[in-house]
Amino acid sequence: MTESRGLTLAEKVWNDHLVVKGEDGAPDLLYIDLHLVHEVTSPQAFDGLRLAGRPVRRPDLTIATEDHNTPTLAINRPIADLTSRTQIDTLRNNAREFGVRLHSLGDVEQGIVHVVGPQLGLTMPGITVVCGDSHTSTHGAFGAMAFGIGTSEVEHVLATQTLPLKPFKTMAITVEGTLRPGVTAKDIILAVIAKIGTGGGQGYVLEYRGSAIRNLSMEGRMTICNMSIEAGARAGMVAPDQTTFDYLKGRPHAPAGEDWVEAVEYWKTLQTDETAVFDAEVFLDADTLEPFVTWGTNPGQGVSLSENVPDPSTIIDPNERSNAERALEYMALTANTPMKQIAVDAVFMGSCTNSRIEDLRAFASVIKGQKKADNVRVMVVPGSARVRIEAEAEGIDKIVEDFGAEWRFAGCSMCLGMNPDQLAPGERCASTSNRNFEGRQGKGGRTHLVSPLVAAATAIRGTLSSPWDLEQSPELVTSAAKAV
Amino acid sequence: MEAVSVITGVAAPLKRSNVDTDQIIPAVFLKRVTKTGFEDALFHGWRQDPEFVLNQPAFAGAKVLVAGPDFGTGSSREHAVWALRDFGFAAVLSSRFGDIFRGNSGKQGLLAAQLAESDIEKIWAAVDEQPGREITVDLLSKTVSVGSLTVPFSIDDYTRWRLLEGLDDIGLTLRSEAEITDFESRRQGWRPKTLPVK
Repeated sequence: MTESRGLTLAEKVWNDHLVVKGEDGAPDLLYIDLHLVHEVTSPQAFDGLRLAGRPVRRPDLTIATEDHNTPTLAINRPIADLTSRTQIDTLRNNAREFGVRLHSLGDVEQGIVHVVGPQLGLTMPGITVVCGDSHTSTHGAFGAMAFGIGTSEVEHVLATQTLPLKPFKTMAITVEGTLRPGVTAKDIILAVIAKIGTGGGQGYVLEYRGSAIRNLSMEGRMTICNMSIEAGARAGMVAPDQTTFDYLKGRPHAPAGEDWVEAVEYWKTLQTDETAVFDAEVFLDADTLEPFVTWGTNPGQGVSLSENVPDPSTIIDPNERSNAERALEYMALTANTPMKQIAVDAVFMGSCTNSRIEDLRAFASVIKGQKKADNVRVMVVPGSARVRIEAEAEGIDKIVEDFGAEWRFAGCSMCLGMNPDQLAPGERCASTSNRNFEGRQGKGGRTHLVSPLVAAATAIRGTLSSPWDLEQSPELVTSAAKAV
Repeated sequence: MEAVSVITGVAAPLKRSNVDTDQIIPAVFLKRVTKTGFEDALFHGWRQDPEFVLNQPAFAGAKVLVAGPDFGTGSSREHAVWALRDFGFAAVLSSRFGDIFRGNSGKQGLLAAQLAESDIEKIWAAVDEQPGREITVDLLSKTVSVGSLTVPFSIDDYTRWRLLEGLDDIGLTLRSEAEITDFESRRQGWRPKTLPVK
């Protein structure tokens, strides 16, 4: 290692938040700029504070929203599930007692915590963001260091606004080339996870780089960073650029006036130095990428939609092989079946991965003027109340309803089925969410992870499909096309 | 947190890789607002199968879970650690852990010991020979012993020290109160603030 070695983006943000540099194997103490809170992973943390007689150190750096348990129908009625209601009530009481800002069900700023932060302009480059939710990695799309934490750490941040942490290793994920129409950010990240595996990112911060990433909109970048955790990484980042600044400017909590000028000047320095060295590097070709889909029960078990269900007997690693065999059994799939012959019972369009306005526009651009397949249930769940309002102003709700799909209120919904939005046992779903784990969307439910465009084409045809398979190819709206 | 040093008890082999936290505890059990009482939720889906390892009488009262690679991937839910602890596990052995799960374990006194995959397989073989036999996980010497077999495990030094001493993280951090306050006084005006509401 030479003295002239530069720093990666991740190292720069880390160094700017060092409260205490750890010595003799002790972790660094890192300052946290923004703490996002929701109802599921916070009750025991607030309880801990109460028992120790500690206040929330910085309520002004903390914000809470209700998302995981909330119903997406009849939101003006009391929540029917009593345990869900108790958890929501607990958050409301805790927010009141500790002076934490909360956006409750029915509030115009309510929604999935990872949609709300960026929408309010609270997520910005060069900050540290944590939340008791592994998909906090989403916020890294702005060039922030953002990662999920457990409930003990939630309590720790509430009490001290810091976290003791060992530095992460760094991995560059370089995606060069131009995505073909119909191929999106979701396909990039599913292909990355299939390439490096669900454990490939363990211990790393991933930095997504290359022309294909630069050409993505902020919302496309969020989709990619969101699923960093599915590759085992704590965080994913994209260096901020003009696309980032344009997205942020004018949002309610974005810096303004002189603060804006100072911030942008600093943000422009948040690039990985040319002389920096990553601990690992991965390359992906965007030109040849096709719409991607998972066949198994972890997000690394994916193939191009034009391929077949893999044959486990061809897998050399015994652990991987038995894992694949078990996955096919759970998914009720036969090796070598073309993916496009797989019929689905449901389509879920939503989650912190794909529920922002551009995702809804992309979905709507495919289904517009069409009818859904008869035997398929289609649910569209905006990521936040604001996204829902914006979509309605554009007539997307009407397109969704004319298509025969359900237009719902905002929340995590069927991504993890903590509310009534669940698959029945044995039901198969094409889902724009992030996890195809056994039972994730409902006990016995079977999940295929896809992009909004594939979800839409699948809802029309009833079998896993890309927009390329439709009789009349639609004029696609994608996040990649928008940034040009 | 109670101090941890030497754990001896029945070893249960979980011969699966990629055991995500949704399998360890499904989301429906995350609605509770308490920190204990999650033992019924542990591996809830798999426990419906009478053949599942934790349903076999030989492994009743198991204290050490011997798992395949990539244990505890996925969601950040600390409930996964609470459920393992409430069920009676004091240590989990694997060749690779999900990062957040590993961190959560350290906060709750559950020892997440990383072993070579080949050593995990040796332990599985030893347990297969004599199901229900005891195993010792020694945090002082960083070794796992079963019968005549002794293999090393790794854990980061800081977590090991905290576990051995039974130290509380928040208390440790508050020793740096002056440094935190000083850092806050230098925080730039453009950085985010959630209050006042805009």
